[in-house]
Amino acid sequence: MSLIGAKVLRKEDPNLITGQGQYVDDLQPAGCAFMAMVRSTEPHARIVAIDTSAAKAIDGVLAVWTHADIAALPARPSSLPGMDMPLITGDVARFVGDIVAVVVAADRYTAADAAEAIIVDYESLPAVASLSQALAPDAPMIHPVLQGNTVFFQDYTEDLSAEFAAAPRTASLSLVNNRCAPAPIEPNVVLADWGPAGLTVWAAFQAPHHLRNTIAAFFGISQDTTRVIAPDVGGGFGAKINFASEIFLAAALSRALGRPVKYTQTRSECMVAMFHGRAQEHKVDVAFDDSGKILALKVQVTQDQGAYPDATGMGLPVLTTAMSAGCYKIPKVAVSWRNVVTNTTPVAAYRGAGRPEASYMIERVIDLIADETGVDPIEVRKTNFIPADGFPYQTHSPLAVYDSGNFAGALDELLRHADYPALKAEQAARLADPRAKLLGIGFASWLEIAGFGPPGSLEAFGHLASWESAQVRVQPDGSAIIYTGASPHGQGTVTTFAQIAADQLGIDFDRISVRHGDTAVIPQGIGTMGSRAVAVGGEGVKTASTRVFERAKKIAAHLLEATEDDIVVENEEFHVRGTPSKSVPWSQVAWKSFQPLELPAGMEPGSLDATVFQQVPNFSFPSGAYCCVVEIDRETGDVDIRNMYLVDDCGTVINPMLVEGQVHGGVAQGIAQALYEHMQYDESGVPRTATLMDYLVPAAPDLPGYVSGRTVTLNPSNTLGAKGVGESGSVGAPPAVINAVVDALSHLGVKHIDMPATPQKIWSILRGSK
Amino acid sequence: MGMIPARFDYRQAGSVAEALQLLASCDDAKLLAGGHSLVPLMKMRLVSPSTLIDISGIAELQGVTDTGSVLRVGALTRHRVVERSQVVAQHVPLLAHVAGLVGDPQVRNRGTIGGSLVHGDPAADLPSVALATGATMVVTGAAGERRIAAADFFVDFLETAVGPDEILTAIEFPKRTGAGFGYEKFVRRSMDYAIVGVAVQAGDQPGIALVNMGSVPRRADAASQALAGGAGVDAVAALAAEGTNPPEDLNANADYRRHLASVLTKRALLAAGYR
Repeated sequence: MSLIGAKVLRKEDPNLITGQGQYVDDLQPAGCAFMAMVRSTEPHARIVAIDTSAAKAIDGVLAVWTHADIAALPARPSSLPGMDMPLITGDVARFVGDIVAVVVAADRYTAADAAEAIIVDYESLPAVASLSQALAPDAPMIHPVLQGNTVFFQDYTEDLSAEFAAAPRTASLSLVNNRCAPAPIEPNVVLADWGPAGLTVWAAFQAPHHLRNTIAAFFGISQDTTRVIAPDVGGGFGAKINFASEIFLAAALSRALGRPVKYTQTRSECMVAMFHGRAQEHKVDVAFDDSGKILALKVQVTQDQGAYPDATGMGLPVLTTAMSAGCYKIPKVAVSWRNVVTNTTPVAAYRGAGRPEASYMIERVIDLIADETGVDPIEVRKTNFIPADGFPYQTHSPLAVYDSGNFAGALDELLRHADYPALKAEQAARLADPRAKLLGIGFASWLEIAGFGPPGSLEAFGHLASWESAQVRVQPDGSAIIYTGASPHGQGTVTTFAQIAADQLGIDFDRISVRHGDTAVIPQGIGTMGSRAVAVGGEGVKTASTRVFERAKKIAAHLLEATEDDIVVENEEFHVRGTPSKSVPWSQVAWKSFQPLELPAGMEPGSLDATVFQQVPNFSFPSGAYCCVVEIDRETGDVDIRNMYLVDDCGTVINPMLVEGQVHGGVAQGIAQALYEHMQYDESGVPRTATLMDYLVPAAPDLPGYVSGRTVTLNPSNTLGAKGVGESGSVGAPPAVINAVVDALSHLGVKHIDMPATPQKIWSILRGSK
Repeated sequence: MGMIPARFDYRQAGSVAEALQLLASCDDAKLLAGGHSLVPLMKMRLVSPSTLIDISGIAELQGVTDTGSVLRVGALTRHRVVERSQVVAQHVPLLAHVAGLVGDPQVRNRGTIGGSLVHGDPAADLPSVALATGATMVVTGAAGERRIAAADFFVDFLETAVGPDEILTAIEFPKRTGAGFGYEKFVRRSMDYAIVGVAVQAGDQPGIALVNMGSVPRRADAASQALAGGAGVDAVAALAAEGTNPPEDLNANADYRRHLASVLTKRALLAAGYR
């Protein structure tokens, strides 16, 4: 029986739910010292002087470093030339959270005391706190090389003025994709131990080999004596592929002090120091006809990069503009983007990274067209969908060749769960009853680009390559260990990869272990991001398992004196097809695979061991259709999500429970962006939402129950047929929620409301209508 | 930046007398009960007391006593105990109800009624119950006990009438057996502090009190008077924000808060049985 699609309990859970997980902060080597940061409290300021004398005098303080102490080291990796982010900033602090000084002490309390004892003399400089401030004619400069604060500008890829002039109808929309803080439960944590034998770094990170390669290059040391370990990692959401300065500082200080150095971000630090996500503004123009058919689309994206542009973060608007057409066949699409610096926390990948922004934009546009034409939003979607037989589909972007999908099928499946006519009737009845809450119905047919794996796709972001590694090693007793480079941070990879291997090997799921996260143990690796673990790494496990199984079959055939083609495996027994009595157990095949005298001619001992660097020819394109039903309190403006119907198409499902978990988590973050979360700065650049009291990460009672459905179109780029599902919910949920909120208020003439749709915003609209 | 408090000394008090003695002998000491208001402030280094006097083990300050005319609730009684107390549910049902809405279960299992009141946070739930029901605070100092009406207890932002060498030891709630009540708490995220809250106590001596409508917990005086005078719910609700100076923050400006106070007052009045 195949384990693909089986509801197998997670192998990870017994450890994690009994508190036996090992996170970096749990590690406490002998002699461990603790690092603490002095961070800029100014958005933009010249640093006139730093008085470290009182801190240095505190008993137990081992080191106090300022910029001068790291001047010989390179800037934070993934910086842009001329706009580098120093590990400790020098003359100028450029955002609240910028590291100004570092303290190491014998314990973390003394380190915190010492950090507080450091006196920084700032001379405030004019700051730019927003995109509009940054792009104003006389805007203050953040980097001397950058007149006007625009790091990169791509003008519209095509001139569509003729198409717009000829179109029966046009409309425009300005959208803000609100800045979010990733806020994983575990913040950035690092422990560095630099001894005579080399450097070991334990880090809460999504791509340990990538970090190992980068650390070695940063310090000019050899990769063979540089070891990175990502043990249990408590969530990352893309923010833990960023090279946090603290990682390199901990290593440098460990080298200087000759003892292990640990650093655990506090929540307050995490909110301003861990790179943010989203932070885009869109200007959209669309041309269409009376039936709602889209004729042309123009999208201009302005990306806030924060104070120091990150190389990965620079790619966000590239992904947004590549995916701007969504599920729709749009004859002409022109895109433009601009990357801009501001005196705020740097912006980079956050769950979905550029694609939720695209999906939000195009799904708002669809509802706007419905509103303008009076055609039902469902019909507008169906009118414009790429048909199920229209794949592969070359979009306006060379990056995106959609491989497969059935967008109308997913929407039909959604409407089997959500009774649209009944909801419409209820909506009308409530509208007529002034005491009833308003009802809003919102749809999103979404699509994203995932499965980052085709050659060149990750190299563009500084990775070694885009494959993923998998090694399958059968042990002498017939159990197996899988080594994967796709180091997880909550995905359940240990379970799904064992399911995949069990199917191919015919070895019991309970006798397969999956190892990850240690560069000294895993051959090589890339990492877990961009919903690639199963689509690329899982496919690698399948390929390697198949290779091992073919060799095992050879050995079994030799032992059974049969031909290889007749050998089958069942219940961990190899036997000759049709002759179950003639059999040899897996354990014996495994044992003998190490014994030269037992092997067929030409076979080497230890051959039940295969390493694969799995390549895939294309990205994957998970898609789906969501429906959100909201109730709005007419007196308070409060929005309550009553129903959330979710149809996902992630291709082949390895473990339905894990897919559901990923969808629920992603949808929760999408709802959070739509209704709750917004990292805000005041006019001067001081963060206003730097604690979890002010930055509203919703809790379980704030989220609705979900009704889930599924369609399956296979991913043609791998043999599993799996597309990836890690980011889906965060891509599909925001437009579904906002479309529902706008729908509930559309009788008042509301055409758009920016995220998050707060009660006060909605109350203002309701009050204005009276 | 957060999470790591400055150095402090820690002392345990076994009785009110011992706690008073320690308070008098230590400079800049703070009492530690449930710690759910104080410890976060210490972690942010917004306060750095030299000494924490842990009173959480003082048995005489725990539990609910029915004295006949009032319910006397020991200052160290945890929210969870108040929430689940049959005697509280019977005689001061508003208190039992609101105790069950403080924070989340972890907070309710740890936090104490006295700690919540003496912190004087205008956004906290329980001060509104004390004000709406007309409770009396029992404060103990070197000179013995003194009683302070709830209306005189909340002095300024995070400041109460408890003196530096005094301890809030009990709260006496007049019985409101069989009377209606209502509590409306408006939040964006569940388990948060109220953006605005309204407590209504019905009965012979009705009262309406507001949460987060100014720098101190306060009664809605005009609305309470109108209610006592027999005005209808709409008229009473319209007066809810009268005389308030509500704070402005990311969740709500002053106008929105005034509006919410009125909407919530009406809902709480309806819940309390007024029509």
